[in-house]
Amino acid sequence: MDSSRLWLLRPFGERSTLIFLGVLLAAMTLVTLLHVALAPGHPLYVNAYTVNLFGKYLSYALLAVAVDLVWGYLGILSLGHGAFFALGGYAMGMYLMRQIGERGVYGHPVLPDFMVFLNWDSLPWYWLGFDMAWFAFLMVLLVPGVLALVFGFLAFRSRVTGVYLSIITQALTFALMLAFFRNEMGFGGSDGLTDFREILGFNLRSSETRLGLFLASGVALALGYVLCRAIVTSKLGRVCVATRDAEARTRFLGYRVERFQLFVFVVSAMLAGLAGALYVPQVGIINPSEFSPLFSIEIVLWVALGGRATLYGAVIGALLVNYAKTYFTGAMPDAWLFALGGLFVVVTVFLPKGVAGLLALRLRQRRDDGGSLSGKEASA
Amino acid sequence: MRILLALALVLGFIMTPPALAQDTEPTDDAAAMTLLEALDVDSFPVKGEAIDAIVRSDDPRARDWLQALLDGRLQRADDGRFVVVLDNTGRDWPVQDALTGESLGEMSRRDLGRIGINNALRNQLRSAIAVVDLYSPDLQLRRASAERLLGEVDGDLAGPLAEVIEEETDARVRGRLTQALAIYRLEQGELEAIDDLHGSLHSRVRVALNRAANADDPLIADAAREALSGIEQMLKVNRAAETLYFGLSLGSVLVLAAIGLAITFGVMGVINMAHGELIMLGAYTTWAMQQLLPGQPGLALILAIPAGFMVSALAGIAIERGVIQFLKGRPLETLLATFGISLILQQLVRTGISPLNRTVITPEWMSGSIAVNDALSLTLNRMYVLGFALVVFALLMLVMRRTRLGLEVRAVTQNRTMARSMGIRATRVDILTFALGSGVAGLAGVALSQLTNVGPNLGQNYIIDSFMVVVFGGVGNLWGTLVAGLSLGVINQVLEPWAGAVMAKIIVLVFIILFIQKRPRGLFPQKGRAAEG
Repeated sequence: MDSSRLWLLRPFGERSTLIFLGVLLAAMTLVTLLHVALAPGHPLYVNAYTVNLFGKYLSYALLAVAVDLVWGYLGILSLGHGAFFALGGYAMGMYLMRQIGERGVYGHPVLPDFMVFLNWDSLPWYWLGFDMAWFAFLMVLLVPGVLALVFGFLAFRSRVTGVYLSIITQALTFALMLAFFRNEMGFGGSDGLTDFREILGFNLRSSETRLGLFLASGVALALGYVLCRAIVTSKLGRVCVATRDAEARTRFLGYRVERFQLFVFVVSAMLAGLAGALYVPQVGIINPSEFSPLFSIEIVLWVALGGRATLYGAVIGALLVNYAKTYFTGAMPDAWLFALGGLFVVVTVFLPKGVAGLLALRLRQRRDDGGSLSGKEASA
Repeated sequence: MRILLALALVLGFIMTPPALAQDTEPTDDAAAMTLLEALDVDSFPVKGEAIDAIVRSDDPRARDWLQALLDGRLQRADDGRFVVVLDNTGRDWPVQDALTGESLGEMSRRDLGRIGINNALRNQLRSAIAVVDLYSPDLQLRRASAERLLGEVDGDLAGPLAEVIEEETDARVRGRLTQALAIYRLEQGELEAIDDLHGSLHSRVRVALNRAANADDPLIADAAREALSGIEQMLKVNRAAETLYFGLSLGSVLVLAAIGLAITFGVMGVINMAHGELIMLGAYTTWAMQQLLPGQPGLALILAIPAGFMVSALAGIAIERGVIQFLKGRPLETLLATFGISLILQQLVRTGISPLNRTVITPEWMSGSIAVNDALSLTLNRMYVLGFALVVFALLMLVMRRTRLGLEVRAVTQNRTMARSMGIRATRVDILTFALGSGVAGLAGVALSQLTNVGPNLGQNYIIDSFMVVVFGGVGNLWGTLVAGLSLGVINQVLEPWAGAVMAKIIVLVFIILFIQKRPRGLFPQKGRAAEG
């Protein structure tokens, strides 16, 4: 196999990727069948709300994969990935906003409601073009990508790493949050963008569109996963891992570490933007709270819980934590922050390898079946 | 007038409280009655003359009558007596005799007739009260009155005012009255009056000068413009001083919030995301102390200083022993775990106390402000916090530089193994250092409770800023933290009028992000071996 040309296909030769894709496909098919084929009222019927919820989880899972790519394989703990996610979301939100057209409260043909409310008389230049789907979808990838490129270029060139990098990524998302809260920015201030009607001509409130978005999120997750897998198994990925484990040594070996870091960082930011773009039409709103440092650090927890540097662990973590969040905020809202805070502590102190680490340990134990050294080997 | 002044000085201290006024040498009650009866007429101009008569009468009760008349509380009962209404809410009003000051119990409002005044009389009354006050022996009263007269002087007042200025002993009152008189003289077209107005920062003086600058007389207009430009210059200096003060104040808050972090993060290398919540604990300790000692907010605040330190230090020890010690050498994991702790602490306060903000009382000696001049006044609470920050910093420096603990801390951070082989108990040093840094966070909380809302989100608002300050100043360098905190505060305040509060904050954040690219180790990087750690 010519590895240089087929690197994108290489993940399909891995068992873990095939299992992951298989499980994902099966889950998506199952949800679709249960939603479409069964009548409402049937005990196994999955209603549109739940489909929507699963779609949201899947977009979060894609975001977690993006974070795992930089944290797990590059050793960069980004506490600002929520910013890329939110930027992608805003790009999508702007498109959806323009699709409302004259159906807004004020019925203005061009200006979104909040601009009419603020007495703006024309569209700011950065809103131009967002009425075209192709342009908006391009921006979903480009805006986070360019921000990551500029930020990463500056940071990696001057070798800002470790905790420092974490802190300034956090400052980045914090600054963006403050900026987007301002009405003058032209992104709807604290209310953000909402009241969306349709996407590509499909009514956002119909259950068919919701199913479609759910499936799109699943497909995006699968593609994103394969792309990340391809990156980490390539030679480039090995340099990344080497950088993570010993940056100075890799540098001494002659690799321009900052270029690899920058490339992977930008890819990750674009994936996060894509996740945000899939998230927004499903929840129907995007506002500056997505920029909050708390959200960004929560993403890191998903990855940590699932297991760093496995990619599928990130997906597991995102699904687990968000399912728990939905459950807790419904059943006992006060307890959620206790649970989340407790998770942070428990995972870092007792589960450094996350759920994926536990799974791997169990697998290896079974394979060695009775081998006296298995436990020690696995934990070493 | 001089006789009046002398009389006022003699009767002095008993003039203001109306209940006591009667005990003094009683002015002829019949004469007083005549004075008041002159008010009970329909014609406003006649009433005006009656008011003048009261002012001239030297009666010690004059001020109370005038004030009551101004407030519409001087009324005549159906039986012909003049009364002062003490409280005119409800149906029956408590009243007291205007002449004797003796309480007459409650009277129905229907039995009382109000002595009406119009706007012209209202102005006349205000000036009259100010003039009466000018003779008061109470310096505060004289100062307040002089303040009120600025821009209110008319032809009737100008003469007596000139006399009062001669007699006045207090320089501030005299200066104020001279200005008040000068404004009147300027209005009369007197050029020399401008000399008296030079350099005054009071807004009314500027109004008067602005008016004069548009006057028909070119001489006056020019002189007024010149005086104005001089005043503008001084105002600019004052505004700069004010910005600097607010900047330093904001900076001192940043220093307080960050200095504990400079110990735990900078010296020990531990990322404590729960640092903000340790600040919050200090603030809540202040609140709790004030709940324990109701009515003594000042004492409670002072006791809260050691208490806040202890509470946060103990919480810090618990965090160090419970979590951080297991994560040694894994800074990113420490960051996540302590972030979890911060969430738990926030939620503990939310469910345990209240999700709403608590009110912390500012003791009297900390409220108010010092007026440096008319355009610049410095709020006292900020002054105290600034001083407190500097004291805390100095003490911390002393601990780190001059005590055994400081020596051991520096040894352990520089070379843990070596320090241990020299017999230093590194674990104990870890605990103590972390407790110290956390305790200082508690102190920051005590101080912050005087400036901002005390609520569960208090700490969250400061954590990012604190890290920025430490990183900007250079990790492991306490002086760097001080300089960084103060300068960031000042930069923020300088930008604020120009860019707006939120934008200023964003600019500062972006500035720091860019600065770290340029100088990854901050303003004052550590040198030598410590830098390699």
